Amino acid sequence: MNFLGKLSWNAIPFDQPIIMGTVAVMGLVIAGILAWITIKGYWLYLWREWLTSVDHKRIGVMYYILALIMMVRGFADAIMMRSHQAIAVGGAQGYLPPEHFDQIFSAHGVIMIFFVAMPLMIGLMNFVVPLQLGVRDVAFPTLNSVSLWLTASGVLLTNVSLVVGEFAKTGWWNYPPLSELQFSPGVGVDYYLWSVQISGIGTLLTGINFVATILKMRAPGMGLMQMPVFCWTSLATNLLIVAAFPILTATFAMLLLDRYLGFHFFTLDGQGNQMMYPNLFWIWGHPEVYILILPAFGVFSEVISTFSGKPLFGYRSMVGATMAICVLSFLVWLHHFFTMGAGADVNGFFGVMTMIIAVPTGVKVFNWLFTMYGGRVRFTPAVLWSIGFMVTFVIGGMTGVLMAVPPNDFQLHNSVFLVAHFHNVAIGGVVFGAMAGYNYWFPKAFGFTLDERWGKASFWCWFIGFYLAFMPLYALGLMGMTRRMQHTNDLSWEPWLLVAVVGAFVIGLGIVCQVVQLIVSIRWRKLYRDVTGDPWNGRTLEWSIPSPPPAWNFSVLPKVTTNDAFWSSKQQARANGDEPSVASEFEPIEAPTNSATGVIAAFFAVVAGFALIWHIWWMAGIGVLGAFVTMLFFAFRDEEEFEIPVERIVEFERAHPSQVSP
Amino acid sequence: MNAAVAALPMRHDELISALDARQAPKRTVVAFGFWVFLLSDIVMFSALFAAYAVLVHATAGGPTGAHLFDQRNVAIETACLLLSSYTCGLMTLSIGSRRRGATYLFAAVTFVLGAAFLALEISEFASMVAHGAAPQRSAFLSAFFALVGCHGLHVTAGLLWLVVMMAQVQIRGFVPSVERRLLCFSLFWHALDIIWVGLFSVVYLMGVAP
Repeated sequence: MNFLGKLSWNAIPFDQPIIMGTVAVMGLVIAGILAWITIKGYWLYLWREWLTSVDHKRIGVMYYILALIMMVRGFADAIMMRSHQAIAVGGAQGYLPPEHFDQIFSAHGVIMIFFVAMPLMIGLMNFVVPLQLGVRDVAFPTLNSVSLWLTASGVLLTNVSLVVGEFAKTGWWNYPPLSELQFSPGVGVDYYLWSVQISGIGTLLTGINFVATILKMRAPGMGLMQMPVFCWTSLATNLLIVAAFPILTATFAMLLLDRYLGFHFFTLDGQGNQMMYPNLFWIWGHPEVYILILPAFGVFSEVISTFSGKPLFGYRSMVGATMAICVLSFLVWLHHFFTMGAGADVNGFFGVMTMIIAVPTGVKVFNWLFTMYGGRVRFTPAVLWSIGFMVTFVIGGMTGVLMAVPPNDFQLHNSVFLVAHFHNVAIGGVVFGAMAGYNYWFPKAFGFTLDERWGKASFWCWFIGFYLAFMPLYALGLMGMTRRMQHTNDLSWEPWLLVAVVGAFVIGLGIVCQVVQLIVSIRWRKLYRDVTGDPWNGRTLEWSIPSPPPAWNFSVLPKVTTNDAFWSSKQQARANGDEPSVASEFEPIEAPTNSATGVIAAFFAVVAGFALIWHIWWMAGIGVLGAFVTMLFFAFRDEEEFEIPVERIVEFERAHPSQVSP
Repeated sequence: MNAAVAALPMRHDELISALDARQAPKRTVVAFGFWVFLLSDIVMFSALFAAYAVLVHATAGGPTGAHLFDQRNVAIETACLLLSSYTCGLMTLSIGSRRRGATYLFAAVTFVLGAAFLALEISEFASMVAHGAAPQRSAFLSAFFALVGCHGLHVTAGLLWLVVMMAQVQIRGFVPSVERRLLCFSLFWHALDIIWVGLFSVVYLMGVAP
């Protein structure tokens, strides 16, 4: 047995100029950033204030940074695919060889789902939910840090696959028997499986953490029906995480057993059952769709209500629709493979369920529209993203219902019509939601607002670019183009493919605008400073505290009696002509101490994951043992909390007098 | 507690200050979070159960459950595990009354019973492999070893956890954090019993049914 398992110099693709060029650029950027941190002497600050932080606000920000960086990576994959497909028609061969093209579409899917959409939504929930609930942290702060860093471990392993070895060529759902050892003997599938297993543990821990937080730790007086809608949708999302992610873990464990120990769950020999994998995968996969979209629905609810200056229309129906989706999402998985041939009855059931699940979503869209009706809508970037979402998502939803009809689906299955559909809901829903939330809560996180002109430019580029990039795919799908084609011979498809690639570049322009927006806003942050803590005339508790909030969030825990707690306290204060007052009595606050457990455990998880991918068994042992010892250290530490003295709280409150006392 | 609050005539703001004083205590939050984890663990087992149910007849010409399962062995295993749950309950009572010696004693008995269960399971696996019924033989055996083995891994983790907890009791005494973890441990240990009951019925009893 080799000391380094399957690993050797051949694993690095020196002969691939595209990959090596990318790696060189990435290496330079990373080296540059590290050098800058070292020269400026920021390491200690980074370690103390960020990497080991268990503050949910900072963890949320770090999730966002991770997701935005990975979005650039995933988008680079998208641009490569679009431009290659536009070129590789007829006699032309394009610039990506098939085995590279296959890795790119697989990596694009995995990255966008697991390492962009998930951390975007989890980041938002981290930052916002405790603030909206009026509490000082999540239920398990250190566990929260572990979640973040395990997600980062998965990200790291996926990116390492670019340089060392290869990534899966099996598509992002990794169906057997193609993903079995017999047909995919390389390390690509193993990179995929271990990355997602490790980050999946992090996601599961997040789910547990937030279910406990939302159900057990609300501000005094806040009943479930007084919770902001974003908290409700977060609750639904986290319940889905808890109920769905273990299935993915079990499914991938079965595939790993097949690949590593010669088991026969999904193999062609030994009477394995290949179609069991898609079933199990989508029993996780369809709830996953709603795990991603429900927090976005929550964002739109907050944004629309705030910027219309009205309470949300139909709060109760919104809550009901959210929970209905939560349950129904487990009853539609088979529509991902009607072509399996389960028979008319089964297909009919899942077709009807798929149409039914569109109903609560429709309820929500009408609620948002009625909230805007008669309101004084302020067209900030966050509202533009929300309206763009409503238009786009309804179209995407309708094409989804088209495919819910099994005979239609037999025609459209595996075509680019489907690709257009799920990008229609994923970009129009999740990405637009994440961007609306980013523009909306950024001032809460950093104390200054984002530049509106660049924000609007970014929105319009994304919006127009999306339609240019994906409407042609609907047409191409109806014309018979299947997905994942490295080369096509039908010249009549070429014009559509050219429009699509133009659309992708317009979206790229939108991303550039976002980067410029961030740079401009930081550069002129004094101009955009928000001293009130409430730049949008907000309705929920997070706007009742200064921006950025102190580590302890609320110096005095708010008392809640109604929905839109902050709004009603502002109304009350205005009616009574109350002067803004500084609360006079404070008590010392218990706060959790920072912990390196997350970072160190994640480091060992990367070691173990990398070793398992390359069959370096001794190193895998070190990784697992290291993670275990790290947890032991955490279990035996003496101080878990420290006390923030009253003087510090008073000092902070003096420096940040509140506008309206809640 | 809630009933008591409702029974008292209280003004609204009084009620709120009462709620203020009763933000879920840490013990409740921890136990609740651990319950949620256990539910997610049971969901993971349900996926393995489903796979087993799908593959139970996929024997690829190899041995079936009726050939392989030794009812007597499984009955002893079950007795060990259920008894260990009982002694785990006794341990919880000892913790509640702060009797350190009794805690160690019942922890030791729980550990021994758990280890006996594990030893029996390992010997069952070993004899199956020796008779050519390894997980590589057929899809049925893959599903069997994965499902039962996953439960066995959980028991192993539980034993390890129990040892660590006893070390914590020794070093730090019954401080609240240690007590909360012991509470979680007993929840975990009982949950393993529940899963075993399902496993015993679905795998072993149904496996030998004609």
